[in-house]
Amino acid sequence: MSELMTRPVPAPAVTLESKPFFDAAEEGKFLIKRCTACGEAHWYPRTICPFCHSDKTVWEESPGEGVVYSFSILRKSPSGPFALAYVTLDEGPNVLTNIVDVAPDALKIGARVRVKLQPTEGGPPVPVFVPA
Amino acid sequence: MSIKGKAYLMGAYEHPTRDAPDKTTAQLHAECARGALEDAGLGFDDVDAYFCAGDAPGFGAMSMIDYMGLKNVRHMDTTETGGSSYIAHVGHAAQAIAAGKCQVALITLAGRPRNGGARPGASMAGGGRAPGLSDGAPEAGFESIYGGSTHNTYGMCAMRHMYEHGTTSEQLAWIKVAASHHAQWNEHAFLKNVVTVEDVVNSRMISDPLHLLDCCVVTDGGGALIVTSPEIAKSLKRPKVKLLGAGEAPKVQQGGKLDLTYSGAVWSGPRAFEEAGVTPADIKYASIYDSFTITALMQIEDLGFCKKGEGGKFVADGGLISGVGKLPFNTDGGGLCNNHPTNRGGITKVIEAVRQLRGEAHPKVQVANCDLAVAHGTGGSLGVRHGAATIVLEREA
Repeated sequence: MSELMTRPVPAPAVTLESKPFFDAAEEGKFLIKRCTACGEAHWYPRTICPFCHSDKTVWEESPGEGVVYSFSILRKSPSGPFALAYVTLDEGPNVLTNIVDVAPDALKIGARVRVKLQPTEGGPPVPVFVPA
Repeated sequence: MSIKGKAYLMGAYEHPTRDAPDKTTAQLHAECARGALEDAGLGFDDVDAYFCAGDAPGFGAMSMIDYMGLKNVRHMDTTETGGSSYIAHVGHAAQAIAAGKCQVALITLAGRPRNGGARPGASMAGGGRAPGLSDGAPEAGFESIYGGSTHNTYGMCAMRHMYEHGTTSEQLAWIKVAASHHAQWNEHAFLKNVVTVEDVVNSRMISDPLHLLDCCVVTDGGGALIVTSPEIAKSLKRPKVKLLGAGEAPKVQQGGKLDLTYSGAVWSGPRAFEEAGVTPADIKYASIYDSFTITALMQIEDLGFCKKGEGGKFVADGGLISGVGKLPFNTDGGGLCNNHPTNRGGITKVIEAVRQLRGEAHPKVQVANCDLAVAHGTGGSLGVRHGAATIVLEREA
């Protein structure tokens, strides 16, 4: 298993709350939400802070760097094997994602990764992660 | 017991909007929740019970508990009876409060039919004045696109458990081996062949580190249960199986602070055991949800049958085989070998526990003097968000 994994990600369902995230992704920016009341960053982004329940949440551009928390490689799919993973961002939150451009055997928990905004069919780009 | 005088309505809030082009349904639920809590002089962290109906987006209570960041929920009810749901919920909340299951119940309703929100139960696609936008599960755009299925989300749990605790594929395989030893005696079992650890670890990899034989069966079918009052039970001719305790809990993504090595059983289990007045050491038989081998392993740890991280050693060498191991489990063959009707295994867990307590399990797997049993399950995914439920049952002489 030395071939680099890819995965065509379908267009995301965009809501009123997530629209700024995906609009920024179109411009090549990866945003996270942070609460200005308690200071915590959270994921997935939402209007109301899941920690202190304040609505004083703001968008913040993130370099999109972190480590692999866990992953699993689904061996059979229409597009071949792919990795589902959680990445722990340096800001703290864990993000559900795909890790691409890596060989199955080379993927390890704890590996440094960085975000890549991958185009989708008929929708905005979505964050996947690649080896840093 | 009656609910009369046992519960009070202390907070009520009607959202001022009549047209919400700029808010999601999830957000409206949360704003209503805040309004009612503020009206009562309470906060989100005081809520220990959550009630919603079909208008809640996504995975119902799980999605909304996740979205709102409710941290202390120990009772959930998603009874759906259309527009009357919320009145029924008040009655159900009173029952739960009277029974000591919770103290502060939050009931929410919200939706946006003027802005393309579909009727509850439909796809909740956007449209209307928000063309192209969804108003469904608030997490969908950040989760479902990545191809998460049961296999790979549970695979991530197993991968992390192995990383943190040194759990091995061979140890996980012992769970399937035990289930197969039991299933051979069940004439209705979907898979009746006894398998070995080697068979499991040599079966094809489905989603690392889970092999084909780490996965449960996919079966048609079903089940049903009858719960009665003590008076009715006494009037019937069947052995009496008494419910001693019940606990439940959601486990969600916690704003991204997730830990995949444990399940909601860490909360539902102690609640059930405490109400029953027993400890895991007292249990003679356990029905443990086994959608995958890792599911059973994590829940055995979380329920307190062994310490966190020691599940691998606990299940190895026949630890779960009836007549051989410390904890006879899933003596019908479980979801791994017998049945997982419509991909929901909770009811078969209760059914086999009832058989064991009645002494009606197959003689080859019947636990001697089986007077105390536990049935535990999770729904959703341990790797994303799930609801956990535990019951403790006793045979009454």
